[in-house]
Amino acid sequence: MSTIEVKKITKKYGEFLAVKDASLSVKAGEVVCLLGPSGCGKTTTLRMIAGLERATEGDVIIAGKRMNDLPPEKRDIAMVFQFYALYPALNVGQNIAMPLHFEKLSKEESDKRVNKVARILHLTEVLDRMPGQVSEGEKQRIAVARAIVRDPNCFLFDEPLSRLDVELRHSMRGQIKEVLSNLSKATVIVTHDQLEALTMADRIAIMRDGMIEQVGTPHEVFAKPANVFVASFIGTPQMNLMEADLKSFSKGVASVSLAGSPVEMAADPAVSSLRPSKVMIGIRPRAFTAESSAGKSTIRAQAELIEPMGAETLIHARTKSGGDIRVVVPRTQRIKVGEVLHLKADPKQTHFFGENGRAVRA
Amino acid sequence: MATLAEKFGLRKASGVGEAGWGHTLIVALVSLIYFLPVLMIIFTAFKPSAQALSVPPTLSPTSLFGLIPDQFVFTPTLENFGQVFNRVMVSGSAAEPTGFDVFFFNSFFISSVSVLLALVIGTLASYGFSRYPLKGNDTYLFIILTTRMLPAIVVIIPIILMFRTVGLSGSYLGIIMLYTAFNLAFTIWMMKSFFDELSYDVEDAARIDGSSEIKVFMKICLPQVVAGLAATFVFGLILTWNEFLFALLLTGVDTRTVPVAMNQAVSSGGRGTDWTLLASIETLFLIPVFLVTFFLQNHLLRGVTFGTVKR
Repeated sequence: MSTIEVKKITKKYGEFLAVKDASLSVKAGEVVCLLGPSGCGKTTTLRMIAGLERATEGDVIIAGKRMNDLPPEKRDIAMVFQFYALYPALNVGQNIAMPLHFEKLSKEESDKRVNKVARILHLTEVLDRMPGQVSEGEKQRIAVARAIVRDPNCFLFDEPLSRLDVELRHSMRGQIKEVLSNLSKATVIVTHDQLEALTMADRIAIMRDGMIEQVGTPHEVFAKPANVFVASFIGTPQMNLMEADLKSFSKGVASVSLAGSPVEMAADPAVSSLRPSKVMIGIRPRAFTAESSAGKSTIRAQAELIEPMGAETLIHARTKSGGDIRVVVPRTQRIKVGEVLHLKADPKQTHFFGENGRAVRA
Repeated sequence: MATLAEKFGLRKASGVGEAGWGHTLIVALVSLIYFLPVLMIIFTAFKPSAQALSVPPTLSPTSLFGLIPDQFVFTPTLENFGQVFNRVMVSGSAAEPTGFDVFFFNSFFISSVSVLLALVIGTLASYGFSRYPLKGNDTYLFIILTTRMLPAIVVIIPIILMFRTVGLSGSYLGIIMLYTAFNLAFTIWMMKSFFDELSYDVEDAARIDGSSEIKVFMKICLPQVVAGLAATFVFGLILTWNEFLFALLLTGVDTRTVPVAMNQAVSSGGRGTDWTLLASIETLFLIPVFLVTFFLQNHLLRGVTFGTVKR
């Protein structure tokens, strides 16, 4: 079975803790994205799975076998690198054939397989060229071709699309997803681009400072962020995170003082455990509706900056308490700079976070 | 408005591109001035002895269709080149072999073997320094460099004594060992910078594709530094080919190299310096290095500019 199991791995460089107690399991045919800001240890985690770095503690289990002490060439994996890492002295065909060469496969069999993956990834035309003579997109496809030409236990991708321009990135995302879905192998993709993670992954593991903060489906991490970091990291424009005073909570309704306005809203029963205290409330920009006049539980804010985004308009507004708030309204709703908005938040899309930064949910 | 430089063809109106005729002419002139001594030696090698030191000097083997007056034109001859290998050593007696065929072989053998040896050992060493750094890696590298900081003359006496004691003096083995050691420092530093420039990702990719460490070196790294190997080889060869001091003191009659033999051939016989003989030895001496450099020039250019251009 092609699975990856990472158990509490830790990587230390001297005193520096790059990865701490990261655990992750990837089933056969599943694509898991490691997502996080630069320097959060996601690439180090991937390299430990690959065997390019040694885990200081913990176990890496691939296809049911503990691989900690095996060098990369014995782990039977395929990896695509951020900078493609094509062999500069070999032509495209030879590049793709290299893993087969190391497997000591016969020439005919090797040619057959190279031609097959070249056809899948539209590289047949460039097989005789050198890596320096092909385009960025082709380089990327060559790197993928070299990974899938063999039949490894699992696939690892390190920021596979970061060097491509927007359009190519879009089409490659689809192509890679399609190729992977036909292979039913465990796959780990490292990326800092949440859109990439959300579109390609079956599950996303969000990392920060060497720790995995949350693992979940793209829907889960978006709809139910486990903590303030995940909430702020996933979703564009960023979720509004505001400090608020929780005044009381009864019968499923919380009354809070939010951005200088008294607000009453339905909340998860678990919120009762917080009462009464300072809480963090997270509301996505799209969860607001701008009402025409002040009403019960509306937040008053003045529009300061308008950014049209096409179908929608992003408004940066300032609240009475001086905080910044981002609101997305439909394109048709024309709002001018300086206009006073009365914002009503959708309670179903409102997240309560305790003082430790964790989401409060039942 | 055309600037003065543009008017005289020194610079074209647009900033970049092919140089104008003015610049090209200046560069050609400067090159000619630098090349003049070499040209003079090559011409002298073809002159009859009588014309070698004539005043005014003879300048050209042809009159260039009457452009150059007859008094500056010499009649080219190949006689001097024959003299290099066979000539009258004692006046009155017959011509005898000078042994220069052996000396050329020695120069060729000793320098190529020692440069190649240094290249093999140095490349392996520099790969080690680059990829598997020791504790205090830089210190080791610095120590290696210090072997080249002293002028040869400073260390020559202890080396002579050491070579005498162990009986290496005058043997091929001795001088080859010395030149190998002599080239190693340069080779290690040079090759290390080439290995440092390589993308580690490519090596990691090879490891994941199933390559062992030795194959990573042989199949992945080595093909990428061919330019560096060529450049290092040529530089090492030039240094070794021209080396005089160690060769003078550490080679015997059988293992003498051309620079030493040249010196002895020219100053022996008590007839003063034989300029045409010297010039013809030098001309022959130039050819091998010229050929090697010529055939490796593409690599050489890539070698010396390696890493200066963003890939």
